[in-house]
Amino acid sequence: MDVMTVPPFERFYEEQQGPVLAQLRGMLGRDAADDAFQETFLRALRAYPSLEHGRHLRAWALQIAHNVAVDVLRRRQATSVEVPDLESIDEPLPYEELRRLTAELPEKERAAVFLRYGYDLSYEDIGAALGSSSEAARQAASSGVRRLRKRELS
Amino acid sequence: MTVSPELDRSFRAAAAAEGLLDVAYALHDTPVGRLLVAVTDRGVCEIHYDADPAAEADRLARAFGSRVLRSPRPTDAVRRQLDEYFAGTRRDFDLEVDLRPAREFGRAVLEQLALVPYGEVTTYGTLAQRAGRPRAARAVGAVMNRNPVPIVLPCHRVVGATGSLVGYAGGLDRKRTLLELERALNPSS
Repeated sequence: MDVMTVPPFERFYEEQQGPVLAQLRGMLGRDAADDAFQETFLRALRAYPSLEHGRHLRAWALQIAHNVAVDVLRRRQATSVEVPDLESIDEPLPYEELRRLTAELPEKERAAVFLRYGYDLSYEDIGAALGSSSEAARQAASSGVRRLRKRELS
Repeated sequence: MTVSPELDRSFRAAAAAEGLLDVAYALHDTPVGRLLVAVTDRGVCEIHYDADPAAEADRLARAFGSRVLRSPRPTDAVRRQLDEYFAGTRRDFDLEVDLRPAREFGRAVLEQLALVPYGEVTTYGTLAQRAGRPRAARAVGAVMNRNPVPIVLPCHRVVGATGSLVGYAGGLDRKRTLLELERALNPSS
């Protein structure tokens, strides 16, 4: 099947569930990520019939996940609920190290660093996922990395 | 990153509960092997022997829309009735069938096929006659071969004019098994 054809949702879901869950855990912590995971794929399912081709589906999925996570973070801020304790995760995660390292970065930089170095996504895809230009994504990632270096030195 | 079975199940159930699927399907083990059972909001749209789920998902997406997802709950009624049929406690299926992709003649034949009673057999020629094209026995054979919902639409009850089993998309052994289950075969045939 060529990339222009929108795949059955089953295939999209199978291929994007891992990256989506990783991004949501990176942004929200483990427990909130599960709820956001379901919301992300329900949103994707609602929008699925309007897709015109099967290109950039990874970036599309991560963008929806990002939007869902931002909504959750906004609600959290509005109700000033405490941020989940990211150190309380009880099992090692593939992206544990990166997640721990980036935990204190501003949200956009954190997402950009995570997608660039955790997923090896192009800046174009990261920009699409974050709803910004690829240049803005590159800047967010590099300023995130600068911030991490500074912290390491201090 | 691996999604836990609970989270996966929960999403698949929610997708169906919210009415967002064009097609929900499940794999179901029966005495004639593992069947892929698929339903739309209009009824059962596919039962497939020896299915390659990825290939079937592609086919279902082309026929009914791209929102095809493995989600067992909407298929519960079909799978329960299949279990009852194989247990010998059900003779007739009480299910809507979604035949949207079938062409006019195919649909007419399948509608006649649905009327062939449990435990009886008919012939390709008889079915052609009942569908309004008495000379189209061979075309009826082709429709049977592409029957989207075998067992529920009983193409196993259609045999040659001489009583020979002729053919079956799921293989002749399965045709024989189904007819024996319904006691529609003489021990000699």
